[in-house]
Amino acid sequence: MTDQAIPRLDPTRGAAARPRLSAWREPSILPGFGLSLGVTLAYLGVIVVLPLTALAIRPWELGLAGVWHALIDPRVAAALKLSFGLSALAALLSAPLGLLIAWTLTRYAFPGRRILDALVDLPFALPTAVAGIALTAIYAPNGPLGAIAAKFGIKTAYSPLGIFIALVFIGLPFVVRSLQPVLQDLDNEVEEAAQTLGATAIQRAVFVILPGLLPALISGVSLAFARAVGEYGSVVFIAGNLPMKTEIAPLLIVIKLEQYDYAGAAAVGLAMVAISFGVLVVINAAQTWLAKRGRA
Amino acid sequence: MTAVTPAAPISRIRLPGIAPLLVLASVAVMGGLVILPLITVFQSAFAKGLSTYLAALKDPDAQAAIRLTLIVAAIAVPLNAAFGIAAAWCVAKFEFRGKSALITLIDLPFSFSPVVSGLVWVLLFGAQGWFGDYLVEHDIKIIFALPGLVLATILVTLPFVARELIPLMQGQGSDEEAAALTLGASGFTTFWKITLPNIRWALLYGVLLCNARAMGEFGAVSVVSGHIRGQTTTLPLHVEVLYNDYDFVGAFAAASLLASLGLVTLLLKTALEWRHAGDLSAGRKR
Amino acid sequence: MPVTFPQAANAESSALALDIRGVSKAYGRFPALKDVSLQAHDKEFLALLGPSGSGKTTLLRVLAGLETPDAGEVRFGGEDFLSLPVRRRRVGMVFQHYALFRHMTVAQNIAFGLTVRPRAERPAREAVKARVAELLSLVQLEGLEKRFPAQLSGGQRQRVALARALAIEPRMLLLDEPFGALDAQVRRELRRWLRELHDRAGVTTVFVTHDQEEALDLADRVAILKDGELIQLGKPKDVYEAPADPFVYDFLGAACRMPGRVEGGRLTVADWESAAPKGAPEGSVEVFFRPDEVAFAPPDGAGLGAVVRAIAQRGPDVRIECVIDGQTVELEAHGPALPPGVAPGLALRIRPLRPRVYAS
Repeated sequence: MTDQAIPRLDPTRGAAARPRLSAWREPSILPGFGLSLGVTLAYLGVIVVLPLTALAIRPWELGLAGVWHALIDPRVAAALKLSFGLSALAALLSAPLGLLIAWTLTRYAFPGRRILDALVDLPFALPTAVAGIALTAIYAPNGPLGAIAAKFGIKTAYSPLGIFIALVFIGLPFVVRSLQPVLQDLDNEVEEAAQTLGATAIQRAVFVILPGLLPALISGVSLAFARAVGEYGSVVFIAGNLPMKTEIAPLLIVIKLEQYDYAGAAAVGLAMVAISFGVLVVINAAQTWLAKRGRA
Repeated sequence: MTAVTPAAPISRIRLPGIAPLLVLASVAVMGGLVILPLITVFQSAFAKGLSTYLAALKDPDAQAAIRLTLIVAAIAVPLNAAFGIAAAWCVAKFEFRGKSALITLIDLPFSFSPVVSGLVWVLLFGAQGWFGDYLVEHDIKIIFALPGLVLATILVTLPFVARELIPLMQGQGSDEEAAALTLGASGFTTFWKITLPNIRWALLYGVLLCNARAMGEFGAVSVVSGHIRGQTTTLPLHVEVLYNDYDFVGAFAAASLLASLGLVTLLLKTALEWRHAGDLSAGRKR
Repeated sequence: MPVTFPQAANAESSALALDIRGVSKAYGRFPALKDVSLQAHDKEFLALLGPSGSGKTTLLRVLAGLETPDAGEVRFGGEDFLSLPVRRRRVGMVFQHYALFRHMTVAQNIAFGLTVRPRAERPAREAVKARVAELLSLVQLEGLEKRFPAQLSGGQRQRVALARALAIEPRMLLLDEPFGALDAQVRRELRRWLRELHDRAGVTTVFVTHDQEEALDLADRVAILKDGELIQLGKPKDVYEAPADPFVYDFLGAACRMPGRVEGGRLTVADWESAAPKGAPEGSVEVFFRPDEVAFAPPDGAGLGAVVRAIAQRGPDVRIECVIDGQTVELEAHGPALPPGVAPGLALRIRPLRPRVYAS
């Protein structure tokens, strides 16, 4: 029964070991790996890694106690609290607003939908200084919306509320753009199934669609938050910049640099990076957990 | 808003009664928060008539700021484009250890505050920076000079091109390049004739966004600029200087140029998303 | 399943073209190829057949130069192929998903291999044009030269890929699942056409497929791979009629299998005893037969005692489900071969016409 079996060769024959590529990369016939990786690493080294190293090391010139004192300095602590607190609030408000806009843009056809859709990116496209002075002009006590608010005794520009408005402006596109593709790809059948089971439109929206959107919503909100914490240009004009009241953390860095307090500026910068990073890790964990649950 | 109907391919929840309300609410939010500022820019710029507007732009300091902005972008954008192509090539076409760490590193600048992106260069090259003494001795100016503005801009805009190209090239795979090689093309020819044409629209898209940000960057350059009028003020910084001087027309005139840049970018970007959706990375399709 | 065999080209007599010896390749700890050796003759049409993960595509990519083996030798026309970079091998490779250059027209795609040659070897513009026209007519795509790949059907794309590969006058043609992405109808048409094209072009061709019907129908010889090892190599007819092991038997077509014994040249399966096939191993065996290669007999005749359980008519063919020795077996019969009065509950005897016996 082995008439068609293959004549076996001596396995050692012709088995001269070929030069094996190092174990850290898989072989490929495409050229240019060394060159492109070299260029990439060199560029990143100079532009990202070297400066970051400076940021990570310079605060410690003050010593551990010095850094601690720099951060619990009432003015610094107030600025950090203001930046992170308002950013969180702004990101949270961006969620319902972003959901509203993303929903409208994906679900309804109405005149001007495409233009509205394109304009969502305007806060990305508009240079921050431009947005900053424009928002200030609108919400200043003599501005069109600021005047209305003033009538009710509400101060918008030059108050935390003004900063908050600027941060919502800057964060909104992140939420809309995170939600849109998910809303577009939502499984039609799931909604239809819910419909056949007797769910009303609102029940379907709340119990079927929203949970599916949650990971994207969280991701959009955390992007908005991260951007808001570091935002400078669109906030600095409307903020009023009163120490302890409306002074944001990035502005404090600028002020410390102007006083040649490099280590102090670096300490605030490092603290901002560290806190943002910590918050994003938590949000990421929540998102992973949600995504896993969604797949189960 | 006369004809509010569900978008064509969507047969899902219509919420017919509240649809117009939702659309109206969206338009109101967008109008108050996003569109009104845009209108305000142009309205304020022309508040005292066309001649005042033009005079503000013809001011020598404004002219210098425009020139400086163009120079900074002309250096930073090509460098980041070249970097983006190199990074995308090695990340998308090869498998190696540490790749995801590399991608994280490429994305990292997006998570910095712009002010921090400026601060780090001062820490290195400022008067009391690591290389401060050396630079003073050799009379090299980086901070409060063009090199500092360029470095800060490069750091802020570094990920734009790479981010567009990496997912696209990963999706395209290497089959076409492999085919070109079997047909006798050299590595360089393969890159030039196969890879580059395949990524051209995404490259343009990335360059467009990179350029808009480079020209409009404020926080990072404000830290390294020193605000020397007519010398180290880019257009966004020029806006700030005039605004703080209560020269509102001048500030908004300069701002109107930047806003126009933003609008043109938005227009081109949207056009690319509509016309060349298939040649952009998946997240960009409309 | 009806299987037809092509007239095998007179392969043995012609010169040896491709010589693969002891090729091994591993991805990390996963061995994709284990000591594979095989030869192909000049102008031969060789199929690499196997299930997914059998290493067939890896072997093809080794031939093209797209993968480098860890060990072994590949020679073509006596020349050491492995020391040649991809671009100097002059192999025409047709990729599974064609890998057409999406930003080039059909004509530009086909001309690519000629236009990227070094200036000294590059044909004149007119010559390239003529060659493209010639190839377009060969693959029957005249008039489509200005189209872009996205504007072509699957079958058309496949033919452009083939023309592009042929343009460089390849020493060897490599096809990776050439019909994999096409629907059944187009597949069958293109199959015969490809065979004719090969015969006309007269170039050694190796193609990879997981479809046994395709391999048996097209190739001069079939190499069957499994888990990176070459299991059997032979002409389609020989391979089909004498599979080397149960895996090949199963892979090449529907199979019925029963346990049996061979003792003193006699084969016993359930209640049926017959002369054992030539060369059958002694002792406990697995008996294989094709569901359509059986003769039916009345209960007092010779063969395996069986009881019909269900019948299904499928066009001219009838599928008969019966129980043999407690085991359910599905048989196939063509109209005339059907025993009269067959119905559920009927007892009859079934005699495999060409049983294959493997040691169990």
